[in-house]
Amino acid sequence: MINLKGITKIYANGDIQVAALGGVDLHVGSGEFVAIMGPSGSGKSTLMNILGCLDTPTQGEYYLDGTDVAKASGDQLSVIRNRKIGFVFQGFNLLARTTAVENVELPMLYAGMGGKERRARAITALESVGLGDRIHHRPKELSGGQQQRVAIARALVTNPAIILADEPTGNLDSRSSEEVMAIFQRLHTSGNTIIIVTHETEIAQFTERVVRFRDGRLEGDEFVKNPRIAQAQVLEEGLAK
Amino acid sequence: MNFLESIRVSLRALRANKLRSALTMLGIIIGVAAVIAMVGIGNGATASITAQIQGMGSNLLTISPGQSSSGGVSGGAGSSNNLTMEDVAKIQVGTAIKAVAPITNTNAQVVLSSGNTSTSIVGTTESYENIKNVTIARGRNITKLDVSSNARVAVLGPTVVENLMGDVNANIIGKSIKINNVPFQVIGVTTATGSTGFQSSDDMITAPITTVQGRLLGRKTVRSILVSASSEDLMQTAQEELTATLRKAHKIPVGKDNDFRVQNQADMLETMQSVTQTLTMLLGGIAGISLLVGGIGIMNIMLVSVTERTREIGIRKAIGAKSSDILLQFLIEAVVLSILGGGIGIALGYGGSSLVGKALSLSTSISPSSVLIAFGFSAAIGIIFGVFPARKAAAMDPIDALRYE
Repeated sequence: MINLKGITKIYANGDIQVAALGGVDLHVGSGEFVAIMGPSGSGKSTLMNILGCLDTPTQGEYYLDGTDVAKASGDQLSVIRNRKIGFVFQGFNLLARTTAVENVELPMLYAGMGGKERRARAITALESVGLGDRIHHRPKELSGGQQQRVAIARALVTNPAIILADEPTGNLDSRSSEEVMAIFQRLHTSGNTIIIVTHETEIAQFTERVVRFRDGRLEGDEFVKNPRIAQAQVLEEGLAK
Repeated sequence: MNFLESIRVSLRALRANKLRSALTMLGIIIGVAAVIAMVGIGNGATASITAQIQGMGSNLLTISPGQSSSGGVSGGAGSSNNLTMEDVAKIQVGTAIKAVAPITNTNAQVVLSSGNTSTSIVGTTESYENIKNVTIARGRNITKLDVSSNARVAVLGPTVVENLMGDVNANIIGKSIKINNVPFQVIGVTTATGSTGFQSSDDMITAPITTVQGRLLGRKTVRSILVSASSEDLMQTAQEELTATLRKAHKIPVGKDNDFRVQNQADMLETMQSVTQTLTMLLGGIAGISLLVGGIGIMNIMLVSVTERTREIGIRKAIGAKSSDILLQFLIEAVVLSILGGGIGIALGYGGSSLVGKALSLSTSISPSSVLIAFGFSAAIGIIFGVFPARKAAAMDPIDALRYE
């Protein structure tokens, strides 16, 4: 699914060159649930941007779903992001003046899908994260946890090859965090590939594999022995309906 | 993403910021309205002046005396009285010249038992009616016999009738009026032409020139000679013929200047039209500058909007928007603002110019071409001034845009 070979990223700031990533090899198979951990400055955000096709590496090869995307152009990357990647951000990143269902429709809009199918799939996605009764609410009218669930719905609505979440629980209280992790676990169970960047060990305990970074290099890669099971009251209620 | 969806996204963004969108449009609205109104009023003025000059008569040539000078002091154009009835008699009606009418005029007090008025008295001949396109509404015109017999008869303009009797349609034919205490019999009333102001053809009296010279002026002067050419093409020939005849009559040696002036109506028309057209262009140009300023206003707001929505652009790009999608979204916003503003501006300019037209009793005319030009111009302004901000938005790096606070 994901295959990184010797990924290097160097930022040039005037004469000073800073290597954010120094030769990273990583393989993530289909259906895995991975947490990427590391202190700030460890290069995990840079890796996240490259994995998410928001940025290209200075050197190395990146195979996503069998295709080499390391050398793709800006518009090609847009298409790859649209088809193969679902993003969940720390700050939710929903469009403020747009309703939940329209936010979820957005990636399908850029994929050129027709209006009716778009709406139907967006509603299904929102129902799957327990927000079936909140589809016409604007982000302002939703709690942080609810906003993040809208963002997850937006990420999974296109059936992407991988779902990338950058500190998805960073802005949430512990209860909402657990709800969000419950959703990820459910998505994992149904076969999605999920990669989460986090610095909280407790959050990483919900995943099945933890990859540690330090100073732009892989420091550790181990499986979680007994993943915690996240509890989510809302989700059960939402699905029961 | 298809074009229709792009339009929908752009319209939504404009609706979200109604006040700002309206204020941005205002610049274009004022610019387009000004262009439309100015050009409309200018065209109206041109048309009105053209109609006024043409109303003076068709294919008209006016001969007026030259300037007198005594002891080296010039009296200015028209100051001499060297046109005579003999000159008039020498001008031959032929292929080029259709009709000739001498004119002498004065202002006089006109009295009837029911009222009195002061008006302009024009002494002329039977040809006047033909040359000046005057038509008789009631009664009859001056005849050749009236002129040769110094008859005390008068043809009144409708305004004079109204001033004397209180009603334009009052029966005044056959009545005796006193002009400067000289009794004249009213023989006809002319049709109203609707012209107003100085030298209105509705507010004047025509009488045989011989009578006016003998009874009212006491001297045999001819103020000017009106000549009508047979056709517009023959005006030049007629003018040359007239000049030759008068130079011979006045015995002017070769090489010396004319002691009279021949004015050509077509020249006058051309001059006046070029003046009003220049004015129209000037006014339109000034208005065009305000349109340009409106366009810069759009660019300004679009730039602010792009910066303000950096995060939105980042989200859209992360989710799969291509650069062209973002470019199109912002470009459409700018074009919608300018076209909508242009449309409102056209309506406002139309209303404004017809209002001004009513106030100044001008028949303002807005040509479809000026509407098309204004509309095309505002659309072009939207594209020109929208491209730069839209390109800025499209070129944003998604990572930086997402990080933007």
